[in-house]
Amino acid sequence: MPERKFSKDHEWIEVDGGVGTVGITDYAQGQLGDVVFVELPVVGKKVAKGDNAAVVESVKAASEVYTPVSGEVTAINQAIVDDPAKVNAEAEGGAWFFKLKLGNAGELSGLMDRAAYDAFLKTL
Amino acid sequence: MPADQPLKQTPLNALHRELGAKMVPFAGYDMPVQYPLGILKEHLHTRAAAGVFDVSHMGQLRIKGADAAKRLEELVPGDLQALKTGRMRYSMFTDERAGILDDLMVTRFDDHLFVVVNAACKDADTAHLHKHLGSAVEPLTDRALIALQGPTAAAVMARHAPEAAAMAFMSGAYIKVAGVPAFVTRSGYTGEDGYEISVANDAVEGLARKLLAEPGVQAIGLGARDSLRLEAGLCLYGHDIDATTTPVEAALTWAISKRRRAEGGFPGAAIVQKQLAQGTTKLRVGIRPEGRAPAREGTEIADASGTVIGKITSGGFGPSVNGPVAMGYVSAANTAIGTTVHALVRGQKLPARVAAMPFAPHRYHRG
Repeated sequence: MPERKFSKDHEWIEVDGGVGTVGITDYAQGQLGDVVFVELPVVGKKVAKGDNAAVVESVKAASEVYTPVSGEVTAINQAIVDDPAKVNAEAEGGAWFFKLKLGNAGELSGLMDRAAYDAFLKTL
Repeated sequence: MPADQPLKQTPLNALHRELGAKMVPFAGYDMPVQYPLGILKEHLHTRAAAGVFDVSHMGQLRIKGADAAKRLEELVPGDLQALKTGRMRYSMFTDERAGILDDLMVTRFDDHLFVVVNAACKDADTAHLHKHLGSAVEPLTDRALIALQGPTAAAVMARHAPEAAAMAFMSGAYIKVAGVPAFVTRSGYTGEDGYEISVANDAVEGLARKLLAEPGVQAIGLGARDSLRLEAGLCLYGHDIDATTTPVEAALTWAISKRRRAEGGFPGAAIVQKQLAQGTTKLRVGIRPEGRAPAREGTEIADASGTVIGKITSGGFGPSVNGPVAMGYVSAANTAIGTTVHALVRGQKLPARVAAMPFAPHRYHRG
């Protein structure tokens, strides 16, 4: 079972064989409210850790989704573009945003594990 | 609003917290942006049944005197003297350049006017009124205001105030609601039938609880209030209208009667008259993005050739429309309904059209 890591910007990433799957956390979807629009990067796009890689919009506001690590986008989840409400329903499950081929696996060590992220949430 | 000043609270603050509201600063007040239901469902609920909104942050004033309508006309372009007693009108305070200082609702009675103004402007409005109308102006700082809006609002209201059922749209009356003396208008900011109910600060929580205890009545936050009014094509002061826009540019000429257009007699009248005769360089219009991406406030609007022709002043996702809706100002050549424009969102040119408003049909009471 690949380990899941978390960023302070409330993204999660799960790495399997050098490819990371990225989404937003359940906490993040709760803060956003009902998601009505998702914009994802194009496959092949190279992104650096911390770049705006996607956009998620609620009724009230637009928010950027930052990539927690650098890499090249290899796949996007069209299902959340077609049905943005999935992001609310299964943020840490089927509603992943994009997959990327890691450019620097060392960046993962700067992210939090589940226990550290849960502790971080308690400080907010 | 200075950031170091503590937020003011309405008399319903504790109730909002009890109901699980997410509180945000708005116009210097600690206000509920949403309840646990969330903005999307709160919006849809209001269009399907009824919602209670705390709008106690808004300013309420009386202007006393049998000549109050005539005197207030010196500050607004609305035809207040044509109002029969108990009837209500939308108008705006203008400055010498015809810029809009605030918009307001005015209900006329034989010996006074009842005026409701925006929270963020109420101190400036009160000073402006005092300066011109002196001691006739009475700020009602001891009163709260709640709105009951939606297609079942009339049925809910009838159980607590039987007289309210017969009220015409855009009228006001001093009646009792659930035994509490109130000033009630049949009006609102959602495009739906409904009421705004002004009561003493110490009576509002009891009244709000009684209304919320009715079947199908839900507390609704400022988030849904904003999406509801946007779908209804109604302006938000400080966003869609301000001192840099005139009533003509803002497409609010329906609120200026034939007599007021001819006679003038309000600040900036000559400019309004000139714009009515010759047109304006910009005009507020509805904008419908063709895709799913919302075009929000501040988004530039370009014509087919890419030249910037205007800016979005309010924009978001319309839950009842089930798509993005917006309003903004475009140059005079691009105001025709159906004109193809582009919203410049995150470096992309998103196709959009100039569209008629409201986006969601008004369903006011036409009894």
